[in-house]
Amino acid sequence: MKIGAPKEIEPGENRVAMTPDSATQLQKLGYDCLIETGAGGAAGFADADYEAAGVTVVKTAAALWKEADIIAKVRQPNSTELKRLSSDKTLISFFNPAGNEEGMEAAKSKGANVIAMEMVPRISRAQKMDALSSMANIAGYRAVIEAGNNYGRFFTGQITAAGKVPPAKVLVVGAGVAGLAAIGTSTSLGAITLAFDVRPEVAEQVESMGAEFVYLDFEEEQQDGAATGGYASVSSPEFREAQLAKFRELAPEVDIVITTALIPNREAPELWTEDMVAAMKPGSVIVDLAAEKGGNCKQTVKDERIVTENGVIIIGYTDFPSRMAAQASTLYATNIRHMMTDLTPEKDGQINHDMEDDVIRGATVTHQGEITFPPPPPKIAAIAAKPKAPAPKELTPEEKRAAEVAAFKAQTKQQVTLLAVGGGLILLAGLWAPASFMQHFIVFVLSVFVGFQVIWNVSHSLHTPLMAVTNAISSIIILGALMQIGSGSFLVILLAALSVFMAGINIFGGFLVTRRMLAMFQKS
Amino acid sequence: MEFGFTTAAYVVAAVLFILSLGGLSGQESAKRAVWYGIVGMGLAVFATLIGPGSGLWLLSAILIAAGGIIGWYVATKVEMTEMPQLVAAMHSLVGLAAVFVGFNAHFELGRVLAMEPEAREALTGFAELLAHKSVIEQNILRVEVFLGIFIGAVTFTGSVIAYGKLSGKVNSAATKLPGGHMLNAGAAALSVICLIWYFNSGGFFPLFLMTLAALFIGYHLIMGIGGADMPVVVSMLNSYSGWAAAAIGFSLGNDLLIVVGALVGSSGAILSYIMCKAMNRSFISVILGGFGGTSGPAMEIDGEQVAIDVDGVATALNEADSIIIIPGYGMAVAQAQQAVSELTKKLRAQGKNVRFAIHPVAGRLPGHMNVLLAEAKVPYDIVMEMDEINEDFPDTDVAIVIGSNDIVNPAAQEDPNSPIAGMPVLECWKAKQVFVSKRGQGTGYSGIENPLFYKENTRMFYGDAKASLDSLLPKIN
Repeated sequence: MKIGAPKEIEPGENRVAMTPDSATQLQKLGYDCLIETGAGGAAGFADADYEAAGVTVVKTAAALWKEADIIAKVRQPNSTELKRLSSDKTLISFFNPAGNEEGMEAAKSKGANVIAMEMVPRISRAQKMDALSSMANIAGYRAVIEAGNNYGRFFTGQITAAGKVPPAKVLVVGAGVAGLAAIGTSTSLGAITLAFDVRPEVAEQVESMGAEFVYLDFEEEQQDGAATGGYASVSSPEFREAQLAKFRELAPEVDIVITTALIPNREAPELWTEDMVAAMKPGSVIVDLAAEKGGNCKQTVKDERIVTENGVIIIGYTDFPSRMAAQASTLYATNIRHMMTDLTPEKDGQINHDMEDDVIRGATVTHQGEITFPPPPPKIAAIAAKPKAPAPKELTPEEKRAAEVAAFKAQTKQQVTLLAVGGGLILLAGLWAPASFMQHFIVFVLSVFVGFQVIWNVSHSLHTPLMAVTNAISSIIILGALMQIGSGSFLVILLAALSVFMAGINIFGGFLVTRRMLAMFQKS
Repeated sequence: MEFGFTTAAYVVAAVLFILSLGGLSGQESAKRAVWYGIVGMGLAVFATLIGPGSGLWLLSAILIAAGGIIGWYVATKVEMTEMPQLVAAMHSLVGLAAVFVGFNAHFELGRVLAMEPEAREALTGFAELLAHKSVIEQNILRVEVFLGIFIGAVTFTGSVIAYGKLSGKVNSAATKLPGGHMLNAGAAALSVICLIWYFNSGGFFPLFLMTLAALFIGYHLIMGIGGADMPVVVSMLNSYSGWAAAAIGFSLGNDLLIVVGALVGSSGAILSYIMCKAMNRSFISVILGGFGGTSGPAMEIDGEQVAIDVDGVATALNEADSIIIIPGYGMAVAQAQQAVSELTKKLRAQGKNVRFAIHPVAGRLPGHMNVLLAEAKVPYDIVMEMDEINEDFPDTDVAIVIGSNDIVNPAAQEDPNSPIAGMPVLECWKAKQVFVSKRGQGTGYSGIENPLFYKENTRMFYGDAKASLDSLLPKIN
């Protein structure tokens, strides 16, 4: 089968859906590649480069659309292009199916299969063909470069002979792919970078890129990013208020604001209000990556660079990827090539449009005369942070205090009871027992007391030596035997002698083994 | 020599013994403290030998020397993995000595009482002491002797059985004679009857009968306690040997015996308490043997045990920055402590943070793991107690579990129906990755499944701990 890429007809669009490199790879899959003459010119790929890669250069768009079985495009096709489709053709392109009812109808009536690149599901396996991410990556990078171009100062702080330069402060709103790319670029240029996102689980990613995550003092049921395929969803009014308050606080400090907040199939939320723009320093730059959907800042003019009354520059370009056409084309062509690889499992140059495959099914918007949009939810959910377990209830200081007092009282009560009972028993014994017994008894009680105080301080790691040494000293029973061995009775002497002997073993064995063990303990 | 000198020597010896135990609060001071104990013991024996009432001191000296040689020989030969059985064996000697000394006190009392008042005046030493006792004092003496013999006898057979179990000569599973605890209760009741009988008659027979009953109690009680509860048993017997000495001290009127007996007794009691606390079980339930019944069905465990080979473990270890090793009784059984030490050295040489986490009941003796690691020359300052290290697991790259099971069982925290619910455990599953070195898929002492082995970040490293570690060592670069 033949796969062809026409020249983009949208004015100002510099990208192309096939590069000489991707063509080489496509040929390995068994396809013949076609390109319209001059299609890659704006992205820096000459016709000669394509020819060198074995691509047939076709003179006109009409001829290419006629000849190719598979058409790879960048921009959403217009009605002229759609008319050129037929039932045996497959179109792979950005298609905006949610806002392009007529386009889908047209493709359906022609019976063509259309794969919309923005519909590739966000699962690990499909990352290699996720054109939205690769374009967003470029947009994020370019947004920072564009901001730097319009910002009259350094990004990085410097101390020079000519004076001290403070670093620029950059705020990135929305930490999706574009936001993270912007963060990475901004931090590597040396700016102090702050970032915000409604999904707190991305804080870790933000921090890993070297930016500081802006936390809100706001507790809300956390959104489950996985439920929305890893995209942000609409937030509650309370949350929005907290968020705007934080931005208002930051507005006077930041030099550059890059907003990337988009919610699928909706107008972009207004996050940077007029009063925030007014609060910014003159010469500050706002790059609104959501300009296509109305902008996160309502003053943004789509595809324009404007300067507000207080000297704030607002950039509303929507063609950032196209402004980096060489890079964008390379990445997009690679995404297309990966899509073709999945469509050609046999590597025989024949498309196998497998509607059972999650990725292909998800991206297909018309198939064999049927509109297949929207797709069923993918079987595999996007990976997102686990929902936070509800935090244990914090005790107020009063409650803590009360608990402490109660514990103290209980302890005191227990101790007093024990002392009273113990003391009473001893007194009772004293009434009855002779003085000689009581003398020994005092010694005994005090010794137990001392023992408890001393042993609690013994280090856990020395419990084995403690056992060995207590073993050795419990052989003090030898004293008893020694006192009895002088008796007149033979039996007593025999038993005492045996006791002395056994205690002797214990004394020497116990102390020596303790010493041996203790000597082994070494500090590093 | 005057009585005053002996008493003075006893006071000094008692102080030295207290210092000796107190010194065990730190590894360095402990090395000094053991000398206090030795000097104290030497002083006490010397003072008694030259003190009033002792005779046959040459025989005594020879016997002490002979015992000493045996003790010295055993102490230098014993392997550190055999420490639990050595300690148990030595307890049995103290117990038996206490029984003999108790019997002697009884015989002497009988002999003295049989004498004429004139002859009594001529008596010296212990007999002299007895001769001056009033009737009440004699009765108290009888109770004291009785108690000393009872505790001594329980300690003796209990320690012998503990020794047998620890050294593998007796099956370490919990076994009971038919009748179970009723037999123990019967023997205890018999002992009480004997006490009353002996108190009234003063004859030898009730004393002898009680001794037999006590010997039986010691035997049967310890037979009914299983392997992993041995730390509690050994510290309990340690405590008993102390109380026996104290009881004998009362009967002989010797304050030093009382002081030391009380010190040892309380020491063992505290150790038992710490061990029970570490298992979240009451002392009674340990002594009565076995784990209590469950209060409901155990939590279902899903997932599977995923095995890993040497290369996988080596790669993970080479990449890790912080590692915590959790040794258990399995390490002692496999004699793997040297290999563990080698591994530690290699990893530390690469600048990794390697530490050990010791659960209070790991092993068969309180502090058993510490001694084994110390023997293998693992520096003690990287060997941590559970409380010191438990919070560090989330920041740890790799946790290695070597031969332990119940002490790392997350069911203790996650499953309220688990028999070990509430037992403090090492939270190793919070580390980024856990390797479990284990012989096979069996359960631990408590016989409970361990959900740790089924966790996603756990990999099972099957095989004998020593062989596994030896094969791992060359792959750590």
